[in-house]
Amino acid sequence: MSFFSFGQSAEIDIVLNDAETRKKAEHKTEDGKKDKYFLFYDGETVSGKVNVTLKNPGKRLEHQGIKIEFIGQIELYYDRGNHHEFVSLVKDLARPGEMAQSQTFDFEFTHVEKPYESYTGQNVKLRYFLRATISRRLNDICKEMDIVVHTLSTYPELNSSIKMEVGIEDCLHIEFEYNKSKYHLKDVIVGKIYFLLVRIKIKHMEIDIIKRETTGTGPNVYHENDTIAKYEIMDGAPVRGESIPIRLFLAGYEMTPTMRDINKKFSVRYYLNLVLIDEEERRYFKQQEITLWRKGDIVRKSMSHQAAIASQRFEGSASSEKALSQAKEDSN
Amino acid sequence: MSEPTVADTRRLNSKPQDLTDAYGPPSNFLEIDVYDPQTIGVGRNRFTTYEVRMRTNLPIFKLKESCVRRRYSDFEWLKNELERDSKIVVPPLPGKALKRQLPFRGDEGIFEESFIEERRAGLEQFINRIAGHPLAQNERCLHIFLQEESIDRNYIPGKVRQ
Repeated sequence: MSFFSFGQSAEIDIVLNDAETRKKAEHKTEDGKKDKYFLFYDGETVSGKVNVTLKNPGKRLEHQGIKIEFIGQIELYYDRGNHHEFVSLVKDLARPGEMAQSQTFDFEFTHVEKPYESYTGQNVKLRYFLRATISRRLNDICKEMDIVVHTLSTYPELNSSIKMEVGIEDCLHIEFEYNKSKYHLKDVIVGKIYFLLVRIKIKHMEIDIIKRETTGTGPNVYHENDTIAKYEIMDGAPVRGESIPIRLFLAGYEMTPTMRDINKKFSVRYYLNLVLIDEEERRYFKQQEITLWRKGDIVRKSMSHQAAIASQRFEGSASSEKALSQAKEDSN
Repeated sequence: MSEPTVADTRRLNSKPQDLTDAYGPPSNFLEIDVYDPQTIGVGRNRFTTYEVRMRTNLPIFKLKESCVRRRYSDFEWLKNELERDSKIVVPPLPGKALKRQLPFRGDEGIFEESFIEERRAGLEQFINRIAGHPLAQNERCLHIFLQEESIDRNYIPGKVRQ
């Protein structure tokens, strides 16, 4: 910004065309605060107006060109100088010249590819933003407007359960099972822990959700672990043959979808950590990766999936009896 | 207004628990008491021994009940053996109390009743912590300490197999 009162300066304002109708999403900033930004999806058009308002009316604004850019970039906190831009689009709004009065310029970035989800983490940030620039000889005038991008997925075709038997020989054998390996952000983890052998004195058992952010490549890989949730599922000493149920609702926790090797720069992965604690505060644990994905809020045309579950809950085994009687009829 | 999704939160199927498992004795019974301190000997050659009594149903221990007499240096021997051979972080012993062994003290030094009681409690906590550790339970030195009449310092270190 120029400190001299002679000479002309201007204020830039970026306004989206669909600012009234477009949804906003909350996103954490680097210092931990939460802010709301306009929400975009992959392939959506970004269009709007750039308002350039002259500060001193009557004086002309000399410039070397006005442009607007749409940028998607990855910023590693330990390497702030280098921004890795994976999307970079530019539209020229005005050729070099003079502006006699305040003006508004239209812009449109059609069907912009936004391949990754916006992410603000411990060591890395991925963001999308519009940047309008008035180029000048001495100093440019700039305005940035951040937007948030969500990546959506649909129910995966293959979603096997996680079932495993683990333990310490002759001391503790358990079999744990989680109903799926891929969960959406508002899903429920349903599972059970079955005790096959208990020769240690267990005090309680909990499930933790751990988020691991990995930045860097090769020898400079850095992992940042963060325990997002701790959920006690058992209090007291179990015996052989006991089965402890798990029902963990994910909607209550702040999580992002699993991100694997984004632009070869970083990953964000989630793990379920089953922890048993004995009377001497010794911890026995087993970590298992789960895949998180983001489900769209759109009304689903096919309700068969939900309807099937709902009917099973209320009818119990009636539907299987129906199937059995039907099969009998068919065979006769 | 989109329809709320019906989350499937039904429990996964489990085998029903056997009543003998549900109401049977737990298979993790292990109790070790350190008690009855006795000071043996006279003058400068005195030392204190403690009775170490163990009751358990863990299959790794050959005797389900044992009772032996041990002194502080025996506990030190066990700690050193475990620190060398096992992968565990060995818990601390109660102090050696060297100051108490210096002459010209007003009290009984290491044979003072309150000190012996403090040491007894510390030794009891020490041995219970070790014997309950799954990675120390199969160490031969621990079994010798708990279940053999006297400690053979020339034993062959190793693991006990069930």
